[in-house]
Amino acid sequence: MKPSRHITVVAAGLLLVCLLTSVLLLQQVDRMRSTATLQEVLYISSPRTLKRLSLGYDGLLADIYWTRAVQYFGSKHFAGSQHYDLLAPLLEITTALDPHLTVAYEFGANFLAPQPPNGAGLPQLAVELTEFGIRNNPNDWRLYYDLGFIYYMELKDYTHAGDAFARGSRVPNAHPFLGVMAAQMAQHSGELRMAQMMWSTTYQSTQDRNVRANAATHLRALQVEDDVTNLENLVAAYRAKTGRLPASFSDLQAAGLLHEIPVDPLGHTYKLTEDGRVEVRTPDEFPFLTKGTPPGYVAPPPRFLPSD
Amino acid sequence: MSSRIPYIASNTFREAIRDRVLYNLIAFAVLMCGASILVGQISIGIERLVVINLGLTAVSLFGVVIAIFIGIGLVSKEIEKRTLYTVLSRPVQRWEFIVGKFLGLAGTLVVNTFFMAIAVFLALLYVSQRFQTADGWVLVALYFIVLQFLIITALALLFSSFSSPLLSAVFAFCLFVIGSFAEDLRGFAAMAQGSTRWLATGAAYLVPNFSSLNIISSVAHGQAVAGTLILSETAYAMVYAAMAICGAVLIFERRNLK
Repeated sequence: MKPSRHITVVAAGLLLVCLLTSVLLLQQVDRMRSTATLQEVLYISSPRTLKRLSLGYDGLLADIYWTRAVQYFGSKHFAGSQHYDLLAPLLEITTALDPHLTVAYEFGANFLAPQPPNGAGLPQLAVELTEFGIRNNPNDWRLYYDLGFIYYMELKDYTHAGDAFARGSRVPNAHPFLGVMAAQMAQHSGELRMAQMMWSTTYQSTQDRNVRANAATHLRALQVEDDVTNLENLVAAYRAKTGRLPASFSDLQAAGLLHEIPVDPLGHTYKLTEDGRVEVRTPDEFPFLTKGTPPGYVAPPPRFLPSD
Repeated sequence: MSSRIPYIASNTFREAIRDRVLYNLIAFAVLMCGASILVGQISIGIERLVVINLGLTAVSLFGVVIAIFIGIGLVSKEIEKRTLYTVLSRPVQRWEFIVGKFLGLAGTLVVNTFFMAIAVFLALLYVSQRFQTADGWVLVALYFIVLQFLIITALALLFSSFSSPLLSAVFAFCLFVIGSFAEDLRGFAAMAQGSTRWLATGAAYLVPNFSSLNIISSVAHGQAVAGTLILSETAYAMVYAAMAICGAVLIFERRNLK
């Protein structure tokens, strides 16, 4: 082998060995450092300073902060965290850098407002963020919808919710449901139907994967609650008719009260207990469920939102 | 226009190519390919936004770096290699040399931007599956970026005509940063009083206004750009670049090359 070729082979081999070693060492360093500490640091918290530092490339910086906000919430939610201290500043910075990034407002309405562990529990900040979004995008009906959503779902403030929906319904090309919702707010009756309508609108109108998955999960839970209410009403009707509780759903079918064996939104049959209650067979698959779970059921720590 | 200027410009262009300037296109292509594949994982609905923001920012920054680092060596390298004396011993005026150098580098940057624009649009097609009418405004943003390059090239040439390459790079980069803060400078002037106000206003108008030429964020959201704005920005960039080249010519004409 020529000396020059020999050097080439040795140098190439060393290069590969060094590359591999550096990767291994970096993995070692990652294990030694506290990821929580790294994640909880916001080096520059002022949106105005960041906008200046971006040298006019604020659009790209907004996208980076938006990604960071989504990853931050996703990782903490997966870990079952009760605190999302950086979510509000991250979304504030994102929207200050790019006030037209409407997905960030939508994300804020869905995950900044709800109580932990499903959100940061900061509905007032979510309202402020959405109002900022409306000021910068007055013709986007989804922002008025998001505002009404926060007032209705988190703050139970039907007057302001109705006002937000009414404002949104006046925007050109607004979703027709906004007018209906504004009217419903005046009486705020039929809350299950209202909630189904709102989550359906969110599911249909959003372009964000996490928001869509969250809406789908809520819709499944609402469907189960609706089914459980209806089935338990049928059980009560059967008892009134026969004087005893049905042993299974087949008894309800035989009595002409039920056409087919009911299944939950994931395709599992419901369970009829001996004391006449109706339960889902897999409660862990239905976060946000307030009805249809076994007595004393404790929901497991939340995991990242299931795929829709 | 003098018939000698195109020769100097084409030589400058060839020299830039020989300096492997276009190698940045490989890095750019890799960046755009990686971004196109990765943005789909970030969030549904903003892939187009991210590709436009990332693509145009990269086009702009790659071009600014090339404009500064090639521009600062345009004159000094010729002096260092002593090729300038050969050129000037022929019937070539010093102003023709400066203008030719400027056009050569500007041409290099236009060609470079053209190829990067193709990569941006291919990435856009990949993530969106089809082009939208609003994508046309991306072309306007690219045009504005080219206008930025013309100004920076002219400034780099201006500094190169009297200073060392290192200092020229520092001056040009500082002016790029200050120019990006031009709107803030104007805001500061509006708040100041007395002579400070006049000084700040003067500085705000003297530095190149790069922030007004940056419309990346708005075109990423599909916002239209007024035709009158395009004309005004074109005129501004041409006039500013011409001013810097005039300065370079004035200095270079008086420079003792012995």
